[in-house]
Amino acid sequence: MADLRDLYQEVILEHSKAPRNYREVKTADRKAEGYNPLCGDRFTVYLQMEGDRIRDIAFQGSGCAISKASASMMTQSLKGKTRSEAKELFERFHEVVTGRARANGDSPDLGKLAVFSGVSEFPTRVKCAVLAWHTFEAALEGKQESVSTEG
Amino acid sequence: MTTAARLPWGHLQNRAQRFDVERVRADFPILGQTVHGHKLVYLDNAATSHKPKVVLDAILHYYQCDNANIHRGVHYLSERATEEYEAARNTVQAFLHAGRASEIIFVRSTTEAINLVAQTYGRVHVGRGDEVLITAMEHHSNIVPWQLLCEEKQAKLRVAPINDRGELILEELEALLGTRTKIVAIGHVSNALGTVNPVDDIVRLAHQKNIPVLVDGAQAVPHMAVNVQELDCDFYAFSSHKVYGPTGIGALYGKAALLDQMPPYQGGGDMISSVTFEKTVYNKVPHKFEAGTPHMAGAVGLRAAIEYLDRLGLDAIAAYEHELLGYATEKVSALPGVRLIGTARQKAGVLSFVMDGVHPHDIGTILDQEGIAIRTGHHCAQPVMERFGVDATARASVSFYNTKEEIDRLVGGIQKVREVFG
Repeated sequence: MADLRDLYQEVILEHSKAPRNYREVKTADRKAEGYNPLCGDRFTVYLQMEGDRIRDIAFQGSGCAISKASASMMTQSLKGKTRSEAKELFERFHEVVTGRARANGDSPDLGKLAVFSGVSEFPTRVKCAVLAWHTFEAALEGKQESVSTEG
Repeated sequence: MTTAARLPWGHLQNRAQRFDVERVRADFPILGQTVHGHKLVYLDNAATSHKPKVVLDAILHYYQCDNANIHRGVHYLSERATEEYEAARNTVQAFLHAGRASEIIFVRSTTEAINLVAQTYGRVHVGRGDEVLITAMEHHSNIVPWQLLCEEKQAKLRVAPINDRGELILEELEALLGTRTKIVAIGHVSNALGTVNPVDDIVRLAHQKNIPVLVDGAQAVPHMAVNVQELDCDFYAFSSHKVYGPTGIGALYGKAALLDQMPPYQGGGDMISSVTFEKTVYNKVPHKFEAGTPHMAGAVGLRAAIEYLDRLGLDAIAAYEHELLGYATEKVSALPGVRLIGTARQKAGVLSFVMDGVHPHDIGTILDQEGIAIRTGHHCAQPVMERFGVDATARASVSFYNTKEEIDRLVGGIQKVREVFG
């Protein structure tokens, strides 16, 4: 049986209450908006690139504990990564939260993000965990439209 | 007070005490199950209600014994199926206290009923520069069909405001009733706030200016007796699945004089008298609005649901639910850090709330782990969320099969949320 403590781990709750990199990046060269119409979660992700590398990344918006903590920890994990490293990390993260891979062993590079592995036991919450990541991806690719978890 | 919109709660107290909820619960097979190791507590009745066994049996019986296409065959089964379908119409007529059975049109849902009126009555009567008046507490299904119409006709959608309790400000609505207003569309009970609107007053004000009124009754019919002739509304819509019947069917009441004048909604079989390639003569109401083979089994199931409610007594149901909602309101609002959204003086069925520092989605997940089903989100009423400055709410909605013990479980669940989030 799924356990609430697997989902709401201490680290996740802590990040949701005090999100890191929660600010606008005035010098951002890319930004994107993400929206989950089912629950109203809405985030903006700001990116400042330096060549192929993420020099600064931050976010603003509102959402549930899972989406907010995910956005916060994502910004910490992605700072300094290259474009392809970032994409690979998202792929791993996605595999883990959807339960296609386990956090330990299969995804050694996940680091702190492994705390989100509990999300896979709560299928209705996977979208919360990946919203910020999809938004980041849209910003990275310079998409102008707001990304949505639906459609 | 002759109104069906205002509930005479006081004298119904004795009936509430006599309501045998444990016996009623035994009629609903789905309620006995365990969810995540806990006995299910279903408090998402405003989204959809569960079905008593008599409804499930009626649907099965229809398919096993009576099934055939209606209004067509001369054979025995077709005749039986037609009788069953039309008997369901008579039941809905009595349920809404409509004057004639032909004033009842079967549709898929409340949503389809409102679209039907917007696309038939609306397209004929609403022109460029005209206005459609709704309220700030409408469900998206009573907003978007009118927006589509207004966009097409270059008409204007006007919105009557609500106060901080979530009540319609009647004077403001009255001030918005103008010479360009062609129709007023209002919810009887708000799905997001639980507010019961003074439909009779609204109808009286609109009729003084010869403006017809459509009432979205989706959240009202499960909780109170409705009399469309007393309300004097021109259209009244509801969905079967919210009133203990099957999904996929609902009904639209319309005054005969209006329905007769309205063009058809969809074209097809059953809605015609004769067809040639040059000209088609439409069938008379209600068949003019029921193109194609309808949801016969759904109508039969809805009939069984209404008959079930009649046996329990809508007054007894209303009194019991009022007491239960009062109990829930008292218990939940006493919890620290919890704020109710929607505190109208006349409410039915719905308890919407938010918690300091916790998103409703997280409340929903934690309650679910305790076996408690509530709805979280914007409840298809985003303008209402905006009015109260929240992204979403948690909504517990009660039925007559819920108990005070279940409300206590909800309160325990909310305390658990607080434990998790600190």
